[in-house]
Amino acid sequence: MRTISVDEITKNIKEMCIEANHYLSEDMKEALEQTAVKEKSPLGKQILCQLKDNLKIAAEDMIPICQDTGMAVIFMEIGQDVHVEGGLLTDAVNEGVRQGYTEGYLRKSVVKDPIYRENTKDNTPAVIHYDIVAGDQIKITIAPKGFGSENMSRVFMLKPADGIEGVKNAILTAVKDAGPNACPPMVVGVGIGGTFEKCALLAKKALTRPVNEHSKIPYVREMEEELLLKINRTGIGPGGLGGSTTALAVNINTYPTHIAGLPVAVNICCHVNRHCVRIL
Amino acid sequence: MDRHITVPYDEKTARELRSGDYVYMTGTIYTARDAAHKRMYEALEEGKELPFDIRNNVIYYMGPSPAREGRPIGSAGPTTASRMDKYTPLLLDLGLKGMIGKGKRTDAVKEAIVRNKAVYFAAVGGAGALLSKAILNSEVIAYDDLGTEAIRKLTVKDFPAIVVIDSEGNNLYETAAEAYREE
Repeated sequence: MRTISVDEITKNIKEMCIEANHYLSEDMKEALEQTAVKEKSPLGKQILCQLKDNLKIAAEDMIPICQDTGMAVIFMEIGQDVHVEGGLLTDAVNEGVRQGYTEGYLRKSVVKDPIYRENTKDNTPAVIHYDIVAGDQIKITIAPKGFGSENMSRVFMLKPADGIEGVKNAILTAVKDAGPNACPPMVVGVGIGGTFEKCALLAKKALTRPVNEHSKIPYVREMEEELLLKINRTGIGPGGLGGSTTALAVNINTYPTHIAGLPVAVNICCHVNRHCVRIL
Repeated sequence: MDRHITVPYDEKTARELRSGDYVYMTGTIYTARDAAHKRMYEALEEGKELPFDIRNNVIYYMGPSPAREGRPIGSAGPTTASRMDKYTPLLLDLGLKGMIGKGKRTDAVKEAIVRNKAVYFAAVGGAGALLSKAILNSEVIAYDDLGTEAIRKLTVKDFPAIVVIDSEGNNLYETAAEAYREE
């Protein structure tokens, strides 16, 4: 049994909130660089170059990449041989978010109640997903999620008879409907299978997979490649202002499901696809 | 084409701007997003005055991140315009001449843009650090309690935006995507 203190968890989460909002991961930066070269539309190219400049300014001047510094989505993969000491784990996570967002000059975008909408003023609570895994470490993934793209995300409860073509159509429908609202070029996270909530979680998690990695399941990889090609032929383009770069990647996760169902979730993320990982 | 304009501007300038133009704005613009729009709308319903004279002015749909010491503003990119669609036709009828945001608008907004000879601009979504460099000064002028959603008066220099819907109703989101469609 290994012991990890809540203070260490809070400190790391605070730093990770700040880091994720100022620096994109290398795979995202590379993908933006590559598309800026390949983009067919002159205006699209100009926008992609602005996005590259934006990343540079954000890192050098410590200005958040996007003013929507998101709601903090946090995946906690906890080894079952870890003992957390000194307080409640969830409180420690939220304290890290509170410190990160207030001390790191990040925008507080969370309201206490979905109807009465009073700002909590410290961006808490986070949305935390716990998973118990083997080992004696804690893997933390922080993915601040902006709502321009979150609002364009969808869940489709398809029928088994809809099959793979039905799934592809659902994904393309979600992307086309999102269009300029989701700040393209986007990353498309997809969850197929499970239940209503499981497919949404799979889709969210798919967004944290590097954009240059594919699914290990051959037919899923083929779908990812085919859909990326089709999405980039829609013409939506950077900023939705026309062009050949509408998505940087389609990441699909699958899970067993019920004999009667074929749930599909499409979680769309803008080009500011932020995530930061640490292992304690 | 590239154009440099001063803001606020009148109907003559609005008529000259064409869907697809790349515009650099210099002057004064105002921020307002969801909560400020709701409050302005309610004020009008109650027969009260708006907190600033919107005639010939431009509203930027934006809620910034906090400014670090010595800086006028934090990250400052556009938010999705469609959430303001419910309130926009009324503001346009009262003389609003431009909006900066991102994403699609309803037909009702487009009709109000044409009716009032106004313009809908897009700024590049997710480029908040870059766009903040075109903002020289920021001052909260109303609804301070709304935090990031308060109404701010911004002094801008060469603020970059693209004309999406012009005063004749041409819509770049429709025409540009069509031009690059390969399906």
